[in-house]
Amino acid sequence: MFDKSKLDSIAQQKAEWEEKVLNPALKKFPERKKVFTTISGTSVERVYTPLDVADFDYEKNLGFPGAYPFTRGVQPTMYRGRFWTMRQYAGFGSAKETNTRFRYLLEQGQTGLSVAFDLPTQSGYDSDHPLAVGEVGKVGVAIDSIEDMKVLFDKIPLDKVTTSMTINAPATVLLAMYLAIAEEQGVPFDKVGGTVQNDILKEYTVRGQYIFPPQPSMRLTVDLIEYCFKHVPRWNTISISGYHIREAGATAAQEMAFTIADGIAYVQACIDRGLDVDTFAPRLSFFFNAFTNVLEEVAKFRAGRRCWARIMKERFGAKNPRSMMMRYHVQTGGVTLTAQQPLNNIVRVALQAFAAALGGCQSLHTNSYDEALCLPTEQAVTVALRTQQIIAEESGATDTIDPLAGSYYVEAMTNKIEEEIEEYIRKIDEMGGTLAAIEEGFIQKEIQESAYRFQKEIESGERAYVGVNKYVMDEPPPTNLLKVDMEVGRREAEKVRRLRAERDQKRVDEALARLREVSQSDENVMPAVIEAVKAKATIGEICDVWREVFGEYKPESFV
Amino acid sequence: MAQEQQERKIKVVIAKPGLDGHDRGAKLLARILAEAGMEVVYTGLRQTPEMIVETALQEDADVIGISSLSGVHMYFFPRVLELLKEKGMDDVMVIGGGIIPQDDAEELEKMGVAGIFGPGTPTYEIVDFIKKNVRRR
Repeated sequence: MFDKSKLDSIAQQKAEWEEKVLNPALKKFPERKKVFTTISGTSVERVYTPLDVADFDYEKNLGFPGAYPFTRGVQPTMYRGRFWTMRQYAGFGSAKETNTRFRYLLEQGQTGLSVAFDLPTQSGYDSDHPLAVGEVGKVGVAIDSIEDMKVLFDKIPLDKVTTSMTINAPATVLLAMYLAIAEEQGVPFDKVGGTVQNDILKEYTVRGQYIFPPQPSMRLTVDLIEYCFKHVPRWNTISISGYHIREAGATAAQEMAFTIADGIAYVQACIDRGLDVDTFAPRLSFFFNAFTNVLEEVAKFRAGRRCWARIMKERFGAKNPRSMMMRYHVQTGGVTLTAQQPLNNIVRVALQAFAAALGGCQSLHTNSYDEALCLPTEQAVTVALRTQQIIAEESGATDTIDPLAGSYYVEAMTNKIEEEIEEYIRKIDEMGGTLAAIEEGFIQKEIQESAYRFQKEIESGERAYVGVNKYVMDEPPPTNLLKVDMEVGRREAEKVRRLRAERDQKRVDEALARLREVSQSDENVMPAVIEAVKAKATIGEICDVWREVFGEYKPESFV
Repeated sequence: MAQEQQERKIKVVIAKPGLDGHDRGAKLLARILAEAGMEVVYTGLRQTPEMIVETALQEDADVIGISSLSGVHMYFFPRVLELLKEKGMDDVMVIGGGIIPQDDAEELEKMGVAGIFGPGTPTYEIVDFIKKNVRRR
């Protein structure tokens, strides 16, 4: 972007400035710290100049929004066309309680739904399973069968809203229930839109909601992807997630690198199935975190988009530009929230959401200020949603696209993060790919190392954390916390037992036998799963078939 | 006394009960306690109260640290205490961490949990607490 003589002149001017202006000032007023770093530990220079982006090539590295390499955004008009989808992750207790919360959020101007399932549902157990004791309805809604799903979406038209479901190991089952309900509402499959997380690889590294071993799990993932591009064309078949990687302790660059590594593994698995890259890749989507260091986050998102576009084009030979777009959802950083002085979290969330908007997200969840204490109360959820609305409507950040482009710092940081991502991808390729890197514990150990470093920085006071290690106050214990009582578990367990007693058992047995047969073959499981859920087979029964056919994952802990 | 303590390290079982997968804190604490000279066993995910107490028995643990972020603490902690009592292991110190509201924490402490350490607790406080309060033998 700059010619050589100009750069030389800038370098000379910089040297003079250091000698005549900077150094005398430093003698009088030393800086606060010897080394400045981002929250990820990346060093930050005093001032950035064209010298830091000397090799910068606008056409090659940035280009224009909606065009390769998509650094500036995936759509040509971005938020001038429409804002990101405001999508608050919600779910607790029974389907009925969650349905009430969903309808409240839609009334408040939320534009998409996002379902949190309880841990038994996520792990493929019914509410009356011994391992479900105490967990039913706790961190999300309890769904055992299509009957619960019907209540969950009662009076919510599935052709008007899009729904994101945080479901991984049993993603096929929940998608099957959703499709069956759409059918009952008279909504054809090609009008149904939404996302399933369906990202099993990060369950092994950081999130822990796995059921089956990696190989059959990858098969289920690909079955869902294949079924959807043929029958549910508006469905985002996977949400390749860095969010939890970051929550577990990763740096910004690690979050992006390990997510892209997972993405490479999924694309390769689909290609190995014989699918053409441009058939399925346009429906792949991503999910990232946003921490409070706004500029580093913006750089991360821009670097990620550019990296993914290049990988899809150069490594996988994609031709359709849509295949090269990294479209993503963002959630603000849950782990950054503090139990101390919880109202401060509103400010953290606002900065994080601002970073997501400046970084060009497609949808956004803002956390509630009370989440380090409990599940969010209605008041806290409302403030979180309003935070997005203020950024969208009042901040002005949505009026022009990629407004931080051209900042010497942001471009230099974007380049640096991109290099780090590429270095990790190279290492993981050398190890034999993502699955091998997971089996060796490489990814887990890298993340844990970063978590450890961060903890040490907080405890030594080297990194300030307001309300935790600086500006600490004595506070009364917080009140107004949302609690889900144990009664939900008993009610749900009773309900699923009643369902089993009252349904047409013969139809269930036939559907499960058919599912077993299909699962033992190479056939796509989705049609058989849809039949099984329509027959009122429960999620536990369906997953039990697979536990027998596929086996269960036995984790190794890398501490 | 000092010499005896040198001979036998404090033994800690760090446990993740239930289906909760949030193990950043558990793993981090396991490492930090080990660095503080304790012997640490991390159970991994998806432990029932029975499994946790069995591990503590097998390992002859002095301390059980339970990490809970999915809201199941009012079921798991009392159950672990109950099992310890049944097996005559009620001198094993039980501590906890995670997302545990203060009133629940107080109730758990009344039941016999030695301490609940919420988000933002410096890990050295946990190290000191264990060293000060663990049973001597």
